Amino acid sequence: MAPERTMRCRRVYKGKGEGEVLLSKDAICFYLCDPETGVVIEEGHALHGKSVAGKILVVKSGKGSSVVMMDGLYQLKMRGNLPAAIIVDEVEPVLVSSCVVAEVPVVDRLEENPYTVLKDGDRVVVDADAETVLIEAR
Amino acid sequence: MCSKGARLKTLGKRAKAGCVWVKLRDEEKRMLDGERGYGTQRAMELLVALGTTFEADEMIPVTRTHVALSGQEGDTYWCELLVDGGAYCKVPPTTNPAWAVEELSGVSDVTDAERELAWRTFDVYRRIGAKLTYCCTPELAGNVPAYGEHVAFSESSATPYVNAVLGARSNRESSVSALACAVTGVTPRYGLHFAENRKGTMLVDVEADLNEAYDWGMMGWYVGRFVGSHTPVFRLRNFRRRPTPEELLYLGAELNTSGAVPMYHILGTTPEAPDMRAAFGGVAPAAELVVKNEHLAEQQELLSEKGGRINSVMLGCPHYTYDQLIDLAGRVEGKKVHPDVSFWVLTSWDAIELARRSGHIGAIEAFGARLVPDTCIDEPCWKTFEGGTGVTDSPKNMYYRKRRGQTFAIRRLSECIEAAVRGEVS
Repeated sequence: MAPERTMRCRRVYKGKGEGEVLLSKDAICFYLCDPETGVVIEEGHALHGKSVAGKILVVKSGKGSSVVMMDGLYQLKMRGNLPAAIIVDEVEPVLVSSCVVAEVPVVDRLEENPYTVLKDGDRVVVDADAETVLIEAR
Repeated sequence: MCSKGARLKTLGKRAKAGCVWVKLRDEEKRMLDGERGYGTQRAMELLVALGTTFEADEMIPVTRTHVALSGQEGDTYWCELLVDGGAYCKVPPTTNPAWAVEELSGVSDVTDAERELAWRTFDVYRRIGAKLTYCCTPELAGNVPAYGEHVAFSESSATPYVNAVLGARSNRESSVSALACAVTGVTPRYGLHFAENRKGTMLVDVEADLNEAYDWGMMGWYVGRFVGSHTPVFRLRNFRRRPTPEELLYLGAELNTSGAVPMYHILGTTPEAPDMRAAFGGVAPAAELVVKNEHLAEQQELLSEKGGRINSVMLGCPHYTYDQLIDLAGRVEGKKVHPDVSFWVLTSWDAIELARRSGHIGAIEAFGARLVPDTCIDEPCWKTFEGGTGVTDSPKNMYYRKRRGQTFAIRRLSECIEAAVRGEVS
């Protein structure tokens, strides 16, 4: 069993989120999530058919125009289906702006590559304020 | 070590964690800490997050802002959040159009919810102190930055124009970030606020014939596909006059829709590119592209619907200017729009007023076209035309309408008029 460990990261937007990891090497556009369930409906996306609701979402980047991205995240917020926090590999402005508006904590620049240290289903606490990511024992 | 004002291109690297990226002055700290109210706090939070993203070194004042108000719920929610939190614009922005509710409610089956969202949008932007211009070409009249002025302009056609043509300095803002700048009066200094990040990196040799705004738009779309994160420098091989504002507007609008291009240069024409040395900063171009007539013809083929019956013509994405209305009036004299076709020209209220004063509106209305102020193509008021085919002179128009289920043939203005008369496009 792997022990609990804490990694440092950089705060992009404040807050704290706790949940299960959902990893995607693809960039995400929240406009292509079903607002009622949080399920990614974009054909061919690594997360197609999976729900982002309540998850610690690990994504490559954001994509899509600012208007659609923001509206997508807003619709998830209104229905309580936001991700708990986002760990992003290549941060970009549309994702950041949308997350500030919808109040989703965002961090980047983990000490180690998130795609090698994190696995789907890991229990994780992202504390953007303290700039830490805690992986619970597994 | 935190690097200063790094370019957009250097993202994704894994630097040391815990680095404080943006230095704030006392007043900016007070905003961030909530001492200036919740709305201003949220606005500053957004700017700090963006500053962090781009490794901005500090906040700098902006003297002009433009907000690409969309009338989509998420966008209106943000403005409402700020204004209900006590925010008021320090640098009042001009605003993009949503749709003219009173004039256009009857055109389509808009729902009460859609109408209410539009009213709510107008109300929150009025309350936050925005200038309710509802026009997507503020940089041509009404909100025109000067050379070197630091500004925050959202709207994909406006951002490249203020940077490339006017020499003002704006990053590629979204409606939410531009509104945050308007409220706080500052923007994080990164990207295009630095002279060295404004230099060209890709040489685009244009051998194609550029006869009117339409050709510039098609070239913009084509180049936008290949430009990636480069800043293009156009070298016009067969062009012997100064491009018109409309031609430059179409170029930027399409470049920044098919690609993400907030800055470009035209050698010998735009203010930061008197010659190759100035345009590229003394460095050799990192990439090159050639644009020929056949490329633009192929691009039209690729983007456009084939011929057939049409239900509408839409012009004015970006908004038609007064000069374009004069041109249109001259072209439609003695012609009549086919009874099965609706002909819409989206423009600004002041252009309509000028066309009325000069009498040009007579020919346009006799032809059967309708001039509409305060309205964007990407709004629910046009839904009655969805499921059918329209004609437009703008690839950007096609792109946004397609998302809502209306296909478009893209044609130059003379062919749009001909199609309207015949009820079909060849």
